[in-house]
Amino acid sequence: MKNDTFKKITSQRLFLPIFCLALVLLVNILTTPNFFAIEVRDGMLYGYIIDIINRASELVILAVGMTLVVSASAGTDISVGAIMAVSAAVCCNILTGGERAATVYANPLILGFIAAIVVGIAIGCFNGFLVAKLNIQPMVATLIMFTAGRGIAQLITDGQITYVRVDSYRTLGASIPGIPVPTPFIVAMIVVAVTALLLKKTALGMYIQAVGINKKSSRLVGIKAIMIIFLTYAYCGFCSGLSGLIASSRIYSADANNIGLNMELDAILAVAIGGNSLGGGKFSIAGSVIGAYTIQALTTTLYAMHVSSDQVPVYKAIVVVIIVALQSPGFARWRKSLAQKKVKEAA
Amino acid sequence: MKNKMKLNQTSFLLLITIVLFFAMYGIGCVLFSTQGFGKTQNFLNLFISNAGLIVIGIGMTVVMITGGIDISVGSFVAMGCMMLAWMMEKGGIGAVPAVLIVLATGIVFGLVQGFLVAYMDIQPFIVTLAGMFFARGMTAIISKDMISITNATFMAWAKAKIYLPFGGYVNKKGVMIYPYIYPTVVIALLLLVAAFIMLRYTKFGRSIYAVGGNEQSALMLGLNVRKVKLKAYVLDGFLCGVGSILFCLNTLGGFVEQAKGFEMDAIASSVIGGTLLTGGVGNVIGTLFGVLIKATIEAFITFQGTLSSWWTRITIAALLCFFIVLQSILAMIKKKK
Repeated sequence: MKNDTFKKITSQRLFLPIFCLALVLLVNILTTPNFFAIEVRDGMLYGYIIDIINRASELVILAVGMTLVVSASAGTDISVGAIMAVSAAVCCNILTGGERAATVYANPLILGFIAAIVVGIAIGCFNGFLVAKLNIQPMVATLIMFTAGRGIAQLITDGQITYVRVDSYRTLGASIPGIPVPTPFIVAMIVVAVTALLLKKTALGMYIQAVGINKKSSRLVGIKAIMIIFLTYAYCGFCSGLSGLIASSRIYSADANNIGLNMELDAILAVAIGGNSLGGGKFSIAGSVIGAYTIQALTTTLYAMHVSSDQVPVYKAIVVVIIVALQSPGFARWRKSLAQKKVKEAA
Repeated sequence: MKNKMKLNQTSFLLLITIVLFFAMYGIGCVLFSTQGFGKTQNFLNLFISNAGLIVIGIGMTVVMITGGIDISVGSFVAMGCMMLAWMMEKGGIGAVPAVLIVLATGIVFGLVQGFLVAYMDIQPFIVTLAGMFFARGMTAIISKDMISITNATFMAWAKAKIYLPFGGYVNKKGVMIYPYIYPTVVIALLLLVAAFIMLRYTKFGRSIYAVGGNEQSALMLGLNVRKVKLKAYVLDGFLCGVGSILFCLNTLGGFVEQAKGFEMDAIASSVIGGTLLTGGVGNVIGTLFGVLIKATIEAFITFQGTLSSWWTRITIAALLCFFIVLQSILAMIKKKK
């Protein structure tokens, strides 16, 4: 009986991703005793844990968009980091009115935000057009924006870092007065909730999976496969634009070379760590979100252990391989054969 | 029947690539005729500066034909260069053992990645992404500062010019100057021919196509799918080792940020050359032309000379876009027929 409940828990789809996240966090009990301490300073929460949920926000948003893209088109969008840079550049450039630094807004804040999101969606549509309509392999199609994106961002900002030194611009990346939780976390949660609702309450979620599993047959049963794939890319563009804004607000500037750098890799990793197949089809948004937090938890843990930033990748790589190996079919096979051996021995 | 169509498509894509390359080079010769774009030496420079990329592109193509991908190559090149530089300058190891150690590291790297992909069934993108992180981080662990290579043997290899007996011109002093290449180019082209023959005429080569085309059928035909995949990654690892040595002979140093984005160059070259990311289709000759096209685009930008760095990126992307879209449209028209 007891064995049964244990099996039920371990066979849950999200069990392994959550287990891995817990494992990463648990390491800290041994190495950094004050890791779980949360304190309140000036009405704001502080601590390593808060740092993780704050810093992971962009990644969570990207992972949501990436999950849909991966599911529908069985490919990855490697341009998300570059889109972040473009949207940040557009927003800052509008807010400064074309100057390289400003202490007052030249245009309303909302205009900058909307323009940045629109640009994100537009680039997403471009990617979507190439993938869905022209049938180009996703990674190759997005390689174009991956290469051009930072160039365009530099073109917009004239190759310099553009600063918006207005306090209200920092709200999105820091906190709203009176609310102790960091704003990026709230935004990320809204995106996750809205996406989940949209997928659950409409048939979109099912359509996306159907297209991912078999494009041809889903078209034959009447789903507009091309449209669905196009939409996922547009949505991924929206997510990238939004996280570009958050990243830019954190540093109240647009840095074309560094905003969203290597974020595409982390986003794809988050999707995979969350137990989703990169081959398309069935997906779990919750899994990707957990994956994103796992990656950030890992990075923060390493920093808490005083590993220097350019050496972090080595440990990250090792842990990632272990996590993915634990979830791999190869490992499951090995476990199964081991169990069978045991049964045989017992008999 | 299906197989025949696929092969036809491969050669068709290859044809497009080759025609476009010569068209592009021709345009360059016309546009920059006064600056000597059309000189034999300039043509050879395309090979000289990309010998490493050609070799790594071969490895990438082989892996891509199995339906996989390897995005760790850029970081591996950085690690390989750093290892060479550190061993020869700080470690007191001779050039020959250093080169052998890098080759062995490449094989081990390929073995580990191949094992994870083939036997653990982990997605190639994720495995090699981890490999990418690992190699880049390792480069920083070996040394955070740039190391320049001064080893005499290694320098001699790097500077050994091989003059071609034709294509020369008489300079202002009336001396006949022949165009030259470096040994790196010879190595790269020899490996290319070897890979071409291997893929086309050996059992292993054909089984790579079979595994990439349809894993299930390959399995049913009695192929050891896992073993073939593992071998492909080991071969890729070895070629990465060779590629990083050739790259190092060109740059003569190692630093953490080296060869960043190199993996995308390699993937783009393979794809432009007609290799499909979905597996089963591809050709190393196409990859060679893919590299040459990328090199020609870069040569355009150097000859143009006034573009700011961001325009370089945008131009490369625009040409890439033009190329990929054209390829896709042509393939679609062909399919419709």
